[in-house]
Amino acid sequence: MTPQDYLPLIVMVLTGIAFGAVSIKAHEILGPRRPSKEKESTYESGMQPVKTAHERFSVKYYLVAMLFILFDIEVVFMYPWGVTFQDFFDQGMGTLTLVAMLLFIVTLLFGYIYILKKGALKWD
Amino acid sequence: MSEHDFLAIAPITTVAVFSLIVMLVDALVKKNTSLMQTLSVVGLLGGIGVAIWTLPKSLNGFNGLVAGGGMTNLFDILFCSAGILTVFLAKDYLERLGGHFNEFYTLLLMATSGAMLMAHATDFITLFVGVELMSICFYVLAGFLRRQVRSNEAAIKYFLLGAFASGFLLYGMALIYGTVGGTGYADVAANAATVEMPFIFWAGVALMIVGLAFKVAAFPFHQWAPDVYEGAPTVIAGFMSTAGKAAAFSAFIIFLNSVYGSGVEGTDRVQILLAVLAVGSMFIGNVTAIAQTNVKRMLAYSSVAHAGYMLIGLAAGSPDGSFGIIYYLIAYLFMQLGAFAIVGLLENEKGCNLTFDDYKGLSKRRPGLAMVMAIFMFSLTGIPPFAGFFGKYQLFKAAIGAEMTWLAICGVVASVISVWFYLGLVIAMFFRDSEEKQAEGGTLGGLSTAALAVAVVGTLVIGFLPQAIYDLLS
Repeated sequence: MTPQDYLPLIVMVLTGIAFGAVSIKAHEILGPRRPSKEKESTYESGMQPVKTAHERFSVKYYLVAMLFILFDIEVVFMYPWGVTFQDFFDQGMGTLTLVAMLLFIVTLLFGYIYILKKGALKWD
Repeated sequence: MSEHDFLAIAPITTVAVFSLIVMLVDALVKKNTSLMQTLSVVGLLGGIGVAIWTLPKSLNGFNGLVAGGGMTNLFDILFCSAGILTVFLAKDYLERLGGHFNEFYTLLLMATSGAMLMAHATDFITLFVGVELMSICFYVLAGFLRRQVRSNEAAIKYFLLGAFASGFLLYGMALIYGTVGGTGYADVAANAATVEMPFIFWAGVALMIVGLAFKVAAFPFHQWAPDVYEGAPTVIAGFMSTAGKAAAFSAFIIFLNSVYGSGVEGTDRVQILLAVLAVGSMFIGNVTAIAQTNVKRMLAYSSVAHAGYMLIGLAAGSPDGSFGIIYYLIAYLFMQLGAFAIVGLLENEKGCNLTFDDYKGLSKRRPGLAMVMAIFMFSLTGIPPFAGFFGKYQLFKAAIGAEMTWLAICGVVASVISVWFYLGLVIAMFFRDSEEKQAEGGTLGGLSTAALAVAVVGTLVIGFLPQAIYDLLS
């Protein structure tokens, strides 16, 4: 790889930027503008906006989202482990691999006990 | 996998396991605060014990992901000591300011294990996991006084800027990985001299320096430090500015050693870059500290300057320089944590009593505390019988050894500037009287007294131990 090899990439990036800029500007210059009240509302052909979206949400949503990510990631790690487990098993490292994954799950279990006992899953 | 793997990370495992135990105790046992404190101290002492046990060995584990023994374990001992002192100081302080939640101990132990992982890392992936483990705990701990606006502000500022700095770090890692063909420091050391595109490699190194310089709060990436230290609980500010800084420096030393050791052309430019960062940190930190009226902000800006002194050791790029940094970090741990401990003791419930004016006449009201604070201030200035002087001596010696005498001179001049505000505080405490009646802050509990005693003894004794620490490393 030499810097010259990146030239097509740079050309592509520049073309992309130019295309975007030209489209926006051309639309502004060439397109007709007939604004009406209906057109300027948030959704032209949808529900009537009731009020602003800048509103407070219950912190529980965030909590649930965070916990979901936590246990989601547990599964994400288990997939590659499950795929390669057979190879390790064939090489006689089955126990070790199993213990490694169990350690991981037990660590997460500790976290689960913690959130359960602290009442993070009580919904009221 | 062999026992070597597990021995290499044994100190981290100890602390991490105890952090989980402490978390379970928090969830399952009622009336558990003192039990959690005891377990935290036991875990950290266990970490120190295991680190001392594996110190003489030279370990490499998990196919070069982690290392253990020697300098690394000395850092472990440093982090765990800072953790123990913080646990001792935390209870009185947090109860008084109404922020004593049991999660504190879990988070503190996890932050400590993250810092230890940074010191053990010999691979970019391990380093990043360590950085994030430590930083995420710090973000939460900085906002621990959750009913105080300034604590929340500190947490959100630190989080946004810290996440940004992590991005720099990651991008640097990616570029280096792309050029040397591996994520291990061993790959850097082996292949850096023969990379096809040195420009990309150096861009990666520069980005990593940016990320790590943010973590040590060095100029020009220091702006977060005063706001975060001011808003965070004082005990946590003390822990962040000692253990957090030490962790980033440990990663800095090990990473740069692999770059310096690879024989790649152009390391002298890295040295110059680090020297510039060092000079900037020392002068900007100290000069800005003069203008502060809040003692916590003053300590924060001066901690930027201390990062500058330690960057001298990195710029020197020699074993002497690395030793100087470690030695200075040990001295700095005791004096800085001690100073923050006293600031925390005097701070009152509303988060005031923090300005220089509030310290006027302290020697009449609380002579013992004023005396101890004076010792820390003298040591931070670098006045001879105390540890700070010997630490600076080692760093400046390393700079002269690397033919960077001008850097050592800059360091001395910057130290002279720092006399202004450090001794200014001492003068306020001993030779000025306050007109109005001052709020007295907290009473000195048994644990806090013990922690302060350890800090004072450390500040007095470390100065006389350079040879012992040097022998320990070699």
